[in-house]
Parts: sequence; structure tokens; C-alpha cells
Amino acid sequence: MFSECVVPVGIFLSAHQGLVLQVMEFAELIKTPRVDGVVLHRPFMPTVEGTLCLTGHHLILSSRQDNTEELWLLHSNIDSIEKRFLGSLGTIIVKCKDLRMIQLDIPGMEECLNIGSSIEALSTLDSVSLMYPYFYRPMFEVIEDGWNSFLPEDAFKDLEAMTDEWRLSEVNRDFRVCTTYPPLVAVPRDVDDDTLRKAAGFRHGGRFPVLSYYHKKNGMVMMRSGQPLTGTNGRRCKEDERLINATLRPGKRGYVIDTRTISVAQQAKARGGGFETEANYPQWRRIHKAIERSNVLQDSLVKLVEACNDQSHSMDRWLSKLEASNWQTHVKEILTTACLAAQCIDREGASVLVHGTEGTDSTLQVTSLAQIILDPACRTIQGFQGLVEREWLQAGHPFAQRCSMSAYSNSKPRHEAPGFLLFLDCVWQVLRQFPCSFQFTEQLLVLLFEHAYASQFGTFLGNSAAERVRLSLPEKTVSLWSWVNRPQEIDHLSNPLYEPNSLVIWPSVAPQSLLLWEGVFLRWNRSPRCQEEAHEEMVHIIEYNKELQNKVNSLRRQLAQLETQEPPLQTP
Amino acid sequence: MEHIRLPKAENVRLLNRLSPRRSCVGTLYLTATHSIYVESETQVRSETWVLHSLICRLEKQVNTSTGSPLLIHCKNFQVLHFVFPQEQDCVHIQASLQRLSQPEQYEELYCFSYKPNVDEADRKEEWSFLNLKAEYRRLGIPNSLWKSSPVNQSYKVSDTYPAELYVPESATQQVIVGSSKFRSRGRFPTLSYYCKDNQAAICRSSQPLSGFSARCLEDEQLLEAIRRSNPRSDFMYVVDTRPKLNAIANRAAGKGYENEDHYSNIKFQFISIENIHVMRSSQQKMLDVCELRTPSMANFLEGLEGSGWLKHIKAVLDAGVFVAKAISEEGASVLVHCSDGWDRTAQVCSVACVLLEPYYRSLKGLMVLIEREWVSFGHKFSHRCNHLDGDSKEVSPVMDQFLECVWQLTEQFPCAFEFNERFLIAVHHHMYACQYGNFVGNNQRERQQLGLRDKTHSLWKHLWDTKGDYINPLYRTDNCQSQGVLRPSTAPYCFKFWSGLYNRFDRGMHPRQSVEDYLMAVREETVQLEEQLASHKEQIEKLENKPEWTGEAEEGPPLSWGLAPGGFVPQAGTPQDYSGGFIASSPCQQRSPVDGLAFTPPQNQTSEADLSVGSEQESGIADVSFNSQLSEEGPGEPDPDDAAYSAA
Repeated sequence: MFSECVVPVGIFLSAHQGLVLQVMEFAELIKTPRVDGVVLHRPFMPTVEGTLCLTGHHLILSSRQDNTEELWLLHSNIDSIEKRFLGSLGTIIVKCKDLRMIQLDIPGMEECLNIGSSIEALSTLDSVSLMYPYFYRPMFEVIEDGWNSFLPEDAFKDLEAMTDEWRLSEVNRDFRVCTTYPPLVAVPRDVDDDTLRKAAGFRHGGRFPVLSYYHKKNGMVMMRSGQPLTGTNGRRCKEDERLINATLRPGKRGYVIDTRTISVAQQAKARGGGFETEANYPQWRRIHKAIERSNVLQDSLVKLVEACNDQSHSMDRWLSKLEASNWQTHVKEILTTACLAAQCIDREGASVLVHGTEGTDSTLQVTSLAQIILDPACRTIQGFQGLVEREWLQAGHPFAQRCSMSAYSNSKPRHEAPGFLLFLDCVWQVLRQFPCSFQFTEQLLVLLFEHAYASQFGTFLGNSAAERVRLSLPEKTVSLWSWVNRPQEIDHLSNPLYEPNSLVIWPSVAPQSLLLWEGVFLRWNRSPRCQEEAHEEMVHIIEYNKELQNKVNSLRRQLAQLETQEPPLQTP
Repeated sequence: MEHIRLPKAENVRLLNRLSPRRSCVGTLYLTATHSIYVESETQVRSETWVLHSLICRLEKQVNTSTGSPLLIHCKNFQVLHFVFPQEQDCVHIQASLQRLSQPEQYEELYCFSYKPNVDEADRKEEWSFLNLKAEYRRLGIPNSLWKSSPVNQSYKVSDTYPAELYVPESATQQVIVGSSKFRSRGRFPTLSYYCKDNQAAICRSSQPLSGFSARCLEDEQLLEAIRRSNPRSDFMYVVDTRPKLNAIANRAAGKGYENEDHYSNIKFQFISIENIHVMRSSQQKMLDVCELRTPSMANFLEGLEGSGWLKHIKAVLDAGVFVAKAISEEGASVLVHCSDGWDRTAQVCSVACVLLEPYYRSLKGLMVLIEREWVSFGHKFSHRCNHLDGDSKEVSPVMDQFLECVWQLTEQFPCAFEFNERFLIAVHHHMYACQYGNFVGNNQRERQQLGLRDKTHSLWKHLWDTKGDYINPLYRTDNCQSQGVLRPSTAPYCFKFWSGLYNRFDRGMHPRQSVEDYLMAVREETVQLEEQLASHKEQIEKLENKPEWTGEAEEGPPLSWGLAPGGFVPQAGTPQDYSGGFIASSPCQQRSPVDGLAFTPPQNQTSEADLSVGSEQESGIADVSFNSQLSEEGPGEPDPDDAAYSAA
């Protein structure tokens, strides 16, 4: 919805003008730039006939009618296409990464073939620098540059206000110690950079344990890292042990939450990885959970979406496909692990270290969700953005790799995985169970899903902080946060039911409590009207109440004034 | 009283299924109508009441080292797991409850002993709260096309039909009586719903006794008369709601379905809804899934699929949609029947009515609909709900399915219904509880013989008086969902598992904050604000217009809102208090019953008694199943054992 419908068309028009300069680079890919008499079919919208145009970054359909109904679709949002022919009438079914499917009826076989091959080429451009965010110029006023909204040093200031046990290390200043970490990381105050360097050598991808979350209530912390490189012969690293032990209070124990099953962790030893053994980490208790790896999750997404699009109308088939997709199982497993981490911290009063293999996927799901549960600040609009920035973008979740294909792609997945989408799904589950405890609505989650896969903004480009610097994203592209944090957008994403809730919120993870996220997976299968109407009514009830409050208050002031103006009247 | 072999058992443990840590010890008392479990060792007196008529199954499990376990399964899906230290106690309690929960005679039912503090005139008045005659008048009946027929005044033609029936104007007594002889149990085609806008009608009946070739002139005439009562359509549908195979099998027994060749201008249609036995076993399978202790997602979804429950719900809704479409889009009248015409027929006719007419989506409208299609047309509540010790093969959740269809619709159309989920659950509860006389007996004739109107109270008036609990805050009569015909999607993914009903007592599974309660509180506050606004305006006007005013008028209402700079402070029950109550951190904290569903206690009951079920799980942490591994340890134990966490 947000990629092209909500953004005023003007933005794209101007961007399009800018694009003309660049068009040479795409010219050879666009054999037929425009076709007349194309008919567009979209779910729950009237059919439109108009002219189809291809530009370097957009597929545009505009009708000639007055109420110009237009479609602007980013090529990068296209996951795959399907061509069909009936005589000379060609049909292209465009399957988008946001799971929408649209159909274009194109007169003329050649035109149709040309359009099809252009879309295929333009939607799979390899070079990042040709991506739309580099060409996009905002038509809105940037009030606050989103690239500076969530800097690690600012986040650290908040931490400093609570404790002096941590320091901000510049050991990764030039991304040499860890290529996927940001330049600044929070580590125990008493641990020097040398120790960090050595610990980094003992952790997968150099991801030495760093601070993820500080629980103000009891001073316990959550850290994350890559797996320890123990290998088959049980290597150990004194510096790594010292580093994580430095986070424990005297006499206290901590928990290592390994997101893999014990057998998967065992197998990792053969490839040089491993886990913390009791002998070397006596103060730590290890818990193994079973969050699946990337390729399994991607397969699950494909199956789930296929189930949702099944037209057979058979209940048995639907339930068995839903079950076979395992999507809900993954949601349950991830949420359960996050609850466990939160429980260790809040209820057991213990510090926690979370890792899986690389520490860039399941680890981040767990650490970010645990914060949603524990920290009321993460349930605000700003706080949630900060969380995504900290625990996903800065923490080195490889968005470019993970989100280059969605559920409809025909290519064989390489590094694709819906890890971030699963995180959003889990947040939605908690939001559904605590509908008054979040400042934002489901819309923010849907928006982040869309922009993670295709966007005019540079926020989700690249795989790490280092790559974002190398690609000069802050200089050359606009941040999604610049757009989201404008008053009108905030307004749109605000939850009318929000009442700040300072408590830890413990969701239920019983299967009966975890529902399919309709807002994403059934979004294009049914008309949104009834749900929208309900939302409007909700807003209306609350707005009307506020309006009355204001009126009553102002009348009361007026009354008080009148009464003081006429003191004799006060005493009957 | 003679059935109570042991009035009291001490040191009984009540286990909490989801979080064993919350289990408690107390005393179980047996009274004539209720079992009352009183927790010992709590500061707040905490009681769990179980109405005997709600008990459907007692399950004595093998003794363990801690005692003799007894599981009490209730018809409202509550499961209580008691452990008795003395096996003898357990045996006596089980035997007593076995007898108490299955009365042999109607007179033993709770409704005959339930005496709230209502005087006789008001009690009588309760029964006139709903008036079916007025309902037919609301539909525009009788009119020039449909008339009231006195043929069944003394239940002679059909002893399971109501006395008051409506038939086509042209149908003579002879035609009706003739047709009734050709229909199972004399249940001849009669009017169920009439659409004022286009004159199409839904009629209902039982199956024809057609066998392989029999026909009946009067029955054919009656159908022709029904078709003619809809002058705008030249055909009518006959919908047989059974699977075709079942209907064919019935032919061998001299029953069956209409032959299109014998009836002029009918379109015959099978819409297969399974029979009561299939539904009973399906629901049991689903309940087994609900009761799994810590099911995986796969266990749950497999179990749900295996039960077939949602498939059956979809079948009922699909049939309702078919009938509603025939009426509203084709303007054709429809005759609906199954075998006897009191189970599937009632489901389909009432679902179609909910889809067709906004009135039936209102609180009173749904009551009227249930009263007409289910109570008056002889749905066998006593048998289906097993009110008395009877044939277990007659028990079936037919009405449950109707209520669930309505619930599924409320999920799709959140603004279209005046009532909320609690209302549907309340109706479900009372259908089984027998506290009110409404659902006792199998048909009107039986209810008359039992003198229910003279001896018992009526549920509808009670629900109406407490309707504040049952209002959907999002309901608006002027939006497009509330008006006209509902066109739901019946794609499989539109059907959800109704945890609000089937896991009703597992509170930990439900959302911890209710949007609905929040909005109701806001609306209540809004009403008060409106009053204040009016009174302030009035005062200001007085002050401005009458400078000579000397204050003889009374002060306005006390300023309850305060004038703190941050706006007013809402009073109890408003949102600010609310979230705290939902996630109280003390595991022992009990919330007072808010759902109004905990049955109403006998009037002499002390008010502080907590009627909500003992399995309150508000604080969250201890309910989530991941915790079940942890919960073996005592709270606050500093070094939880490693094994407690590791799944391995």
C-alpha cells in the first residue's frame, strides 16, 4: 500500500523527471516503453484500462479518464511474472514481494513479450547503485534526517543515565574486527579493546558478545554474539570467557540461549563452530531452542503463501497446507524463545547471552522480541524504529541478501529468508494480545515488511553498517525514518487505543493464541473494507470522547471565570 | 439431597492445567445444585462454583502418589481437575455428582428450584418479553399472501410444531393435513421467514415420505401454494441439507426427498451438512485437542483438521449463504428441510435470517430468532443438551454450531452486530445450565405440559436487563455492514478457531487487553461527559443571561472530573485502571468476574464470593507453555536447574 498508493503521485513524477537523465542506463532493457489499451485487474479494485509505461524503476499504468486511477509499481517490488496468451492478447500476472498479485492484459503478443522480458530484467538488477533509492528525491520536507535519528552514541547516552558498568568501544571503528558490527558497540566497562579483539577471533564472523539490552528494573542484561568457534577439539578462549563473565554480578549465574537444537549445535563443531561448554563457562547455563535456519524459513513462507492462494475452498486442504507450511510453528518457536530470554532476565534475575550460528538472524529475532516484551519504550513508534535500527540494521542482519526474493520467486533461493517478516509477525501476535499497549498499529509492521523488500528509501539497502557506509547510503538516499516521522505519517500509524503500559507484557504462546497474520497473508484475498470501517469507528469513539473532554474542560474554566467575576453569586 | 453421599471433602487439590504452580488446596462442598470449592490459605476468599446441570462427564483417573484424581468435564467446556487425598472421598463425590448431574426427571432441574428475588407478577412479565406473534407482524405477516393457520392449535397435526403457524393464503386445512401425513413427524412445510421487500419466503419442514416412488397430491399442492405466495418468482428452491447419500439411504425407509418431476417448478438442491452423530464426534475430537496440555502448533492444527469441526461450520454457513442468496438475489422462495427438520433445518434457516436481515443482528433480534427457529419449531434441546439422564446418541452440538456461525460472521463484520462475543457465550452457557426454563423440554407441547412459564424464569429478560455486558461498541446502525444483506466470504481461511468459547476457561490464552472493554469504558465516560457538557452549558447560560441570579437554583452535579492540568482523571472502570488490572504481576491475584457469565448464584450468596473460575491466570508469565518446564521449581529459587529449561 505504501510503496506507491499512499505516497503522493507527485513524488514519483518529479523523481521520474530526474530519471530521464538516467534512462540511458536502462534503455537497452526497455524494448517497448509504452503500450496503449492495457487492462489492469487488481484485487478488490475496479478494472482500469489505460496506457502502460515502463521506466527504469517503475511500471506505470495511467488511464485517460478524469479520475486518473494510476498504478505505480516499483520494479524491485516484483518477485516474478507469469505470461499467458490467448490469441494475440497477452496477459502478464505480476506477483509482488508484498504478496499482491495483479494482472495486466496487453494487446499484441510482441508488446507483451517485450514488456515481460523488460520487467524480468529490471526487477532483478544486480547493481545496488542502480536501485531506485539512489534516484528518488523526496517531495516532502525532511524535518529530521532519519539517518541521524538512531545513532549508537545517542542510545548509549540513555544507557549511561542508568548505569556506569558499560562503555562504548570504538574497537570496530574501521569494521576490521567485525565486518557486520557497527563502528560503536557497548561492552563491559572493565573489558579492554584487546580482549575484545581476541574474543572476536573466537566468535563466528568476529561477532564477539556485545550489549543488546539493559533491564533497568534489576540491572540484568541481554547480550548477543556469533557462535563460539570451539571446533571438534574444544578450543577455548580466556578473553571470551572473561568478557562474558564480566557481565555477571558476583555470585550470579547467567543463561546462554542457543537458538539451535543441541544436535544442530553439535554438528556445527565439525565446521569449526560450537557452543559454550559447561567446563569452560561454569557460571553459565546453556539452553537450546529450535529456531529454524534461513532456507527452511524461506520454504515455509513459500508454502504458506501458496496455501493462502489456494482456490480449492476445501477446509481440510487449507488446514493441512497451513500446518505443512510450518509458519505458525516458527512463530511459536521464536516467540517462546524470546519469552524465555525475557523470563530469565526479569523473573530469574539473570543475564542472558543469545546466539545461534552467525548471530545475524534467529539471534536478532530473539533479542528484539525480548525487548518488546520487557521494555515499554520499544512499544512506542519512535522506540520501535529505534529497536529495528539497533537490533536489525546496525546489528548486521543482511537485509539485501535476505529480502531479495519473496514468496513468489521462481529462482532458487540462495540467502533469502523471511527472518524479519517472522519478527514482525511475532510483534503482531503480541500486539494482538495487548492491543492497548502499543503506540503504533499493525500498519507500521506492514509498512516495514513492504519497505524491507522494496522501497524508495535507502534504509534497508545493504547488508551491514559497513556496507551502508561503503554505498554512501546516508549521503545518497533518503531514510525511511525521515518519511515515517513526519506528523501526518505518525498520525496515520498511531494506535488510538494506546495507553502507556510500564509493565512487562507476557504473551501467551499456546497454539490457540497465535493466529495467522491476516494483515499480510490474507491482505489481498479479501476486501479490507469491514476492518477499515471498524478501525474508523474505533477512532471515532475515542476522538469524540477527547473532543468532549476538551469542551467540558473549557466550559468548566469559563464557568469558574464567570463565578469569580461575580463573587456575590457564589454564596446563595 | 438424598443423592449426596458426602457433603464435604477436605484437603482437595485443584490443579491448574496450564500452570501447575497455580494449583491450590481447599474444601469441596456438595449442595443440591452446585459443587463449591473453597480455597484455603488465601487472603481473599476464593470460590469456584460448578453447577451440577453443567457437568457432562466425570473421569476418575488412576491413583497417584498424591491422591485420587477426578476430572470434571462441563458442558461449557470447563474442565476441573481435582485430586482427593482419600480415595474413599473421591469415590463418594464421583458417585454423588454422577447422580446429581444427570437428573431423571425434569422437576429436578435447577430452573425449578432457582428462585431469584423477583415477585410473581414480574416473573410472569418476563415471559412476555418476547412475543412471536409480534415478530411475525414485524415481518408483515399475516398479509394477503400468508395467513395464520389454527390447524396445530392442540398439537394434533404435529406434536413437535408450535401451535401458531403461518401458511400460504391458498392452503386449505385439507391440504395441510394431507401434506403433514406425507412428512416425517407431521412437520409440513410452513413459513419461517418472509422478506417484505420482495415477498420471497423461507419455509421449513421435515423430509417427505416419498420412499422410492410415493407421492402426495396435497404436499405438491402445498409447495405450489408456497411458490405462488411469491408472485414475482416462477420457481422455488427445495434445499435438502443432508448429504445426498444420506437422503438416498432414507428412501429405503420410506422417507427421502422431493422428486423434481412430481412438483411443478421446483429446483431441488442438496447442500451437505453432516448428521448429529458426526457433529458430536467432531466436537469431541476438537475438545480433545483443546485439552492437550502443551500442544505443539502441529499437534493443534493437525488435531483441528482431524476433528473436521471447521469444515462442518463452513458447511452450515455455506448453506445459509445459499438460501440468503436465493432470497435476496433471485427473489425465489426456499423450502429447507433435513430429516426431521429440527437440527440442520434450524441451523440453515437461522443463519440465512442473520445474513438477510439487520434486525437479527441486534440483541433482541437474535433472541427472537432463536426463540422462533429453535425453541418454537422444536429443536430438541433436552435431548441435544442432555438435560436429563438420557440417550447419549441424541446429544449433539447443533445449536453450538449456529452460535459459532454467528461468531464467525462477527469476526468478518465487526461493526454489523449489536451484541458481542460474550452474548453468544452467555446464550451457550444458559442453553446447558438449565437455570432458566427457556431451553428445557424438546418442543412447545412439552414445555406447556411442564408448566415452565408458571414455574421458572425466562433467560431473555435477564439478558436484556444486563445488556450492558453484551453490547458491541463498534456497532452502528448507519454503516454499510449493518444494513442490508451480509455477503460473507466462506473461503476456508476465513474460519477461525473459537478459543473464546472452547478455551473459555483458559484465560491465559486470550488477549490480555480487550479492545471492546476499553471502548465500552470510553463510551460510558462519553455519556457522562455529554451530561456534564449539557449541565455546564445550562449553568453558563444562567450566569450570563441572568446577572441578577441569586443562586436559588441548585448547584450542578459535583465536579467529579477534577480540573488537574493534565486533563481530568477518569473514574474507576475507565481505561487507565484497566491495563494494570489485566497484567497484574501477582500470580495469586484474582480478578472479579467481569463477563457476567459465571452463572448467577443463589440470591443468598455473599457478594464477595468470587464466582469466576478458580483458574484465573492474569499475570501471564506462568500461563505460557514455555513456562511449564520452569514451573516445577518454587518461585524465587535462585538457581533454576539447567534441565528445567533445556528442551533436550
